[in-house]
Amino acid sequence: MSTLAIDKAGPSRKIKYGSMSRDRAWALRWSYFFLVLFAIFFLTPPIYMLITSLKSSAEISAATNPWWVFHPTLSNYVELLTSNQFLRFFWNSSIVSLAVVLVTMLISVPAAFALARMKFWGSTTLATGVFLTYLIPDSLLFIPLFKMLALVQDYTGITLLNRWYVLLFIYPTLTVPFCTWIMIGYFASIPKELDEAALIDGASWLQTLTRIFIPVALPGLIAATIFAFTVSWAQFLYPLVFTTSVDQLVLPVGITTTLIKGDVFNWGQIMTGALLGAAPPLIIYAFLMDYYIAGLTAGATKG
Amino acid sequence: MADVALRKVVKRYDDVEAVRGIDLDIADHEFIVLVGPSGCGKSTTLRMIAGLEDISDGDIMIGGDVVNDVPPKDRDIAMVFQNYALYPHMTVAENMSFGLRLKHYPKAEIKARVTEAARLLDITDLIDRKPKQLSGGQRQRVAMGRAIVRNPKVFLFDEPLSNLDAKLRVQMRIEIKKVHQKVRTTTVYVTHDQVEAMTLADRVVVMNKGRIEQIGTPNELYHKPATRFVAGFIGSPAMNFIPCRLEDVGSTLQIRLTDRIAFPLPPARAARYNALPRTDKLLLGLRPEHLTESHAHLESGVETFDTVLDVTEPMGMETLVYFGLDGTPVCGRVNPNAGAKDGAPMRLAMDLNNMHLLNEETGVVL
Repeated sequence: MSTLAIDKAGPSRKIKYGSMSRDRAWALRWSYFFLVLFAIFFLTPPIYMLITSLKSSAEISAATNPWWVFHPTLSNYVELLTSNQFLRFFWNSSIVSLAVVLVTMLISVPAAFALARMKFWGSTTLATGVFLTYLIPDSLLFIPLFKMLALVQDYTGITLLNRWYVLLFIYPTLTVPFCTWIMIGYFASIPKELDEAALIDGASWLQTLTRIFIPVALPGLIAATIFAFTVSWAQFLYPLVFTTSVDQLVLPVGITTTLIKGDVFNWGQIMTGALLGAAPPLIIYAFLMDYYIAGLTAGATKG
Repeated sequence: MADVALRKVVKRYDDVEAVRGIDLDIADHEFIVLVGPSGCGKSTTLRMIAGLEDISDGDIMIGGDVVNDVPPKDRDIAMVFQNYALYPHMTVAENMSFGLRLKHYPKAEIKARVTEAARLLDITDLIDRKPKQLSGGQRQRVAMGRAIVRNPKVFLFDEPLSNLDAKLRVQMRIEIKKVHQKVRTTTVYVTHDQVEAMTLADRVVVMNKGRIEQIGTPNELYHKPATRFVAGFIGSPAMNFIPCRLEDVGSTLQIRLTDRIAFPLPPARAARYNALPRTDKLLLGLRPEHLTESHAHLESGVETFDTVLDVTEPMGMETLVYFGLDGTPVCGRVNPNAGAKDGAPMRLAMDLNNMHLLNEETGVVL
């Protein structure tokens, strides 16, 4: 009986031609509203950073409108870019990030290939295990990791703590699992016949990987590369824990430890340093955005 | 060029037997088609010949050598896949030459072979294109080209035409046949389409449930099927199976289809079936083309009966008529001018010279 009631209620709503486009127009209005809202929300901090970076310390501490620059100056930029210390941080960050990207790719691409294609005992469990390790937060891992490296130092005499290159061992614990996971998904979307054809054509597993899989999965590879770079570039906790000498620091830790002296915050230079530090990933994103999106979505649907 | 032999080949997945002991000898230059319904083990058999699947039991020989543990690249075979499996980032020429480049052939020879294969397949103009710029039929040609340039001992085709539309499929079928006439490489071809099997093969291997039902030339399978499965699988529309029994009327042997309809067997058939027990467990196998409209000058062994048609299907060159014999649906093929109409009575002629008699329980053609 209830279905009857619904049937009767149905035609009472008048259906007009053009209502589709009217619905669509409203949907568009709402999406613009929220997109503008998000844009304001996410762009306010960088704009505030830019404004502050163009002010002198005196103007920052003065009780004027914080959203306006009355006496713009580039002195913060000049000071940072001529300071050996800051350039050292920048250099350390670049070397560490690039090296970590390289190490990550060298490990996770073959690992993903093996887990996606060479069916061996426990391969599916291993694939899940790889992803699970990514879910353990670094705030839980840093103490045991520190202990491990201290033990290595005690037993072998190899000093890793407080050296920038210790980060080359630490960061991959964050990047390898996720990149492997991305690449497994991407490799899995490549039809099985493609590697069978390569196998019959006489390719070894390594040749199949380098000459077929890597070129075909290039968007996924780029997505993984960007991810690894961003994670290494922005990592804060691990470098804070594992490096202490000023010449061994990377950018995020360097800025906060050297530009904050006791309770004195050098806001102008902090903001300038943060902006300059955000530039490299931004530039990389801008160039590889299309690939990145293709990489993130390709595993989801079979093209 | 080589012969291929399978000896008691078995493939087990955990506790399921996909292929249950296959014996098959494929001669040099021969074009063999494995045909059967999905899940019959034909693709698995092909993949075992290719080396893409391990063999659980038995031996596979190519050119007289047992290749059970030889990896695919050392078996000197080439395979064409259903979805073409072209390398998407390479041009047509690069796709075709990939195998040769891996084996470090001289550049001049690679170029010569690719050019020759492209000419053979009529894809010379496409040589610098990427696969995504090609139509389905063109991709299929490239996939065949990739196989041809390698000049392998054996070609393996895994349902290569299934992804094409009906018209292109017919066209490519002829192409494949032409290529085989020129190249003469031993070929194993898997399909579920019995028309493809009949038109392409030197010999057809009909498979069912992991076993070979029958091996024979297309004509042998059509006219002398060994089992009910083969009789029903080969030919379209499928062969009719009508429950029947043999009766002795005086000295003649007759076949009874219904209470109303019984015919004396032609002498040759009567001699052949005379020793059979007079049980009910028999089936009359008769192809639709042997059930036609009745006309004035019937040969001996052709018997007429009256029936009422259920449905007719005009096909242009013929009309298919469907009717029931004691509840068994039966299909016949009549001349389009014979006046067949839905629901109308019609006198049909049954050609018993081409009949088959099957054991209903075992499915064996007697």
